[in-house]
Amino acid sequence: MALSASTLKVGDARSEVVATNLSRTQIVQYAGASGDYNPLHSDEVYVTKSAGYPTVFAHGMLTMGLTGRLLTDWAGDGRLLSYGARFEKQVWPGDTLTATATVEAIEDTDQGKVAKFSVVTVNEAGDRVLSGTASARLDP
Amino acid sequence: MAEWSFPVEAGHIMMFARAVGDPNPVYYDQDAASSTEVGGVIAPPTFIQASAQFNPDYFLRPRIGQFWFGSGKGPSGSGAAPPEPTAEGAGGGRRGGGGVGLHAEQHFEYHRPLRPGDVLTPTNKEGKTWEREGRSGHLVFSESITEWHDAEGNLVITTRGVGVRTSGPAQRS
Repeated sequence: MALSASTLKVGDARSEVVATNLSRTQIVQYAGASGDYNPLHSDEVYVTKSAGYPTVFAHGMLTMGLTGRLLTDWAGDGRLLSYGARFEKQVWPGDTLTATATVEAIEDTDQGKVAKFSVVTVNEAGDRVLSGTASARLDP
Repeated sequence: MAEWSFPVEAGHIMMFARAVGDPNPVYYDQDAASSTEVGGVIAPPTFIQASAQFNPDYFLRPRIGQFWFGSGKGPSGSGAAPPEPTAEGAGGGRRGGGGVGLHAEQHFEYHRPLRPGDVLTPTNKEGKTWEREGRSGHLVFSESITEWHDAEGNLVITTRGVGVRTSGPAQRS
């Protein structure tokens, strides 16, 4: 189901919990699927004793992938024209993440009506772990 | 960089969608996907990252028979003996003892969804490099821009990544 420009307005927002008590196993699952095997994300011995972090942390791209679900659930399959993200804080095992997208503009383009979104993902403490933007094609 | 391409495969899309916690059937169920607007299985928006699996030079994947900077008997270093240090630093400079490389930003521009059967070829474009002082010390940012074309030569997706190297463990928390 795609969004329609006739019912969407600037300021409309949607939130989704995209990770609950994030497991180390899911981080490993992302490493295996994406091919990014950086031991910072899965190797507790390396990360604590060599790299100097308290424990492993998620790939920024896992957070971006989790957040992408909100965008495609809302805008519809295959409707995204762009999606960009800045990784603001690390995501740790046990984090619960909530993503929010907000309509910032609705524009007429040569591809029809396009919605511009701001995107923010926060952890359970309310700290922003990801901020970004996206745009999607709308139905008239 | 060696020439290579990214074959988009249905099973790979399914595994990737599971890893990013997305149960949408459009990522794995051809029957369900065929009745949607996109008409078949497509890949999730960040799936192009999984092209790393097919990049022969990707340095965050252990190579058979070679040194790997993750733990083995010790906290850093496994597989074969470490390479001789070079001007750029051993093991790609990513080993422990201080500075690490992290992903700072990622941007995608979509021209159409990726579908199983696509074979995408990357073309790297010149990106910027900049530096600044941060909470983790001296930070060096570098941008990499890649255009991905399908077998017919059509541009499918443009990706722009920004990496940052820190002089010590990152203090993003």
